Amino acid sequence: MVTRLEQPRGGFNFDNFQRNVSLEQKGIRIPKPIKTGTTIAAIIYKDGVCLGADTRATSGPIVADKNCAKIHYLAPNIYCCGAGTAADTEFTTALISSQLELHRLTTGRQTRLSTARSMLCQMLFKYQGHVSAALIIGGYDVNGPNLYSVMPHGSVDNVPFMTMGSGSLAAMAVFERSWRKDLERQEAIDLVKDAIDAGIFNDLGSGSNVDINVIEKDKVDIYRNYYKPNERAPKEKVYKFKRGTTPILKESIKDILVITEGVEAMDIS
Amino acid sequence: MKPGEVNLGTSLMAVTFKGGIVIGADTRTTSGPYIVNRVTDKLTPIHDRIFACRSGSAADTQAIADIVRLYSEMYSVNFGEDPTIRTAAALFHDICYQNKNALSAGIIVAGWDKYEGGSVYCIPLGGSLHKQPFATAGSGSTYVYGYCDKNFRENMTQQEAVDFVKNGIALSISRDGSSGGCIRIATITEAGVDKIFIPGDQVPTFWNKS
Repeated sequence: MVTRLEQPRGGFNFDNFQRNVSLEQKGIRIPKPIKTGTTIAAIIYKDGVCLGADTRATSGPIVADKNCAKIHYLAPNIYCCGAGTAADTEFTTALISSQLELHRLTTGRQTRLSTARSMLCQMLFKYQGHVSAALIIGGYDVNGPNLYSVMPHGSVDNVPFMTMGSGSLAAMAVFERSWRKDLERQEAIDLVKDAIDAGIFNDLGSGSNVDINVIEKDKVDIYRNYYKPNERAPKEKVYKFKRGTTPILKESIKDILVITEGVEAMDIS
Repeated sequence: MKPGEVNLGTSLMAVTFKGGIVIGADTRTTSGPYIVNRVTDKLTPIHDRIFACRSGSAADTQAIADIVRLYSEMYSVNFGEDPTIRTAAALFHDICYQNKNALSAGIIVAGWDKYEGGSVYCIPLGGSLHKQPFATAGSGSTYVYGYCDKNFRENMTQQEAVDFVKNGIALSISRDGSSGGCIRIATITEAGVDKIFIPGDQVPTFWNKS
């Protein structure tokens, strides 16, 4: 009998998807990606934008990192807070920032926020929500300070203040109470700090410290661990035993013979 | 709607009047029980005198609007003439119908062109295309069919049309939980686009004054 080798056809192959569905139906647990609880927040103020984030990374009920950085670099004048799956936010922002760098080199112009926004939302829409990255893009370009929020399915909102992540409700409550148009720089930083602080203390998924990033015209200030409300307190007592606490009952010294094997140099002349 | 997707549970209206069209929308965007944005702009510009009103999935409708905006711009560059409302509506219709299984988008396309004057096209969920003298869409639309059928008249004045839309959106906001916030209205005539914003505390009330 002649067996004909099947030519691989072009395009996508969904065989593994079918296999996974049938495995799942047979009762095999498909591993789930790790989602991080987060509080991120950002506002536009008089002459710039202020981004904020907590620093807790979780893996289920475990705090995986007590001081991680959730404010990512996109361009010299644009930064981005990330919530959702840690790996997804990390890699999408890294990918887009590299594309933006190439874009800057070809155009010779400063990157606009709308460019970063379009690239991110087109990528997230392409993956139909499977890339679980909820982002707040903030920066300063030719149109002045600007803020966009991008949802995992690829929808965008242009707003003067925004919070995201599991702690977004607590943070939004603070913003809705105190946000005003044209805040001063220090007022803006304090408000974002308070919003993240609310997330840290009222949301289990968020915790540790507050990171702040301030972007103004031709000026970026990164305040890593701007506020540390969870500093570990010094111990009341030192649990270190004094030398000689354990009495020596017996002492024996053994001679150890060390055998060294020599290696002759190979003749490579 | 996929789980976790951002929804434009919406009230949309569009009407033709003597010299053009009036479109209106609420400003609420929700994700489950949470209001993601309370001042959303669901009236999306497609061309100089063409607007799309979006309902359904925020991500889907934004992506479609972006594509149609690109096509419309390329059209006017290639042909040296603005695309007609029919053209823009047909572009929306094509995308919505070809991808009907992957999209949840209910769109109203409205605007003014020199051939037909003001016109309103409605593209509901299945991707069909309907030219109508007035149209409603979104989750809130069911509550205002009666109001629209009773109060719509052809060849209204601009002010009458704006009031018709404003009251219609206000009525559907008051009955639909997924609609709310403020009201955004845009009037498109030969002269151009005029946008109106009505803050939440100035939304019309009716028998239930509070």
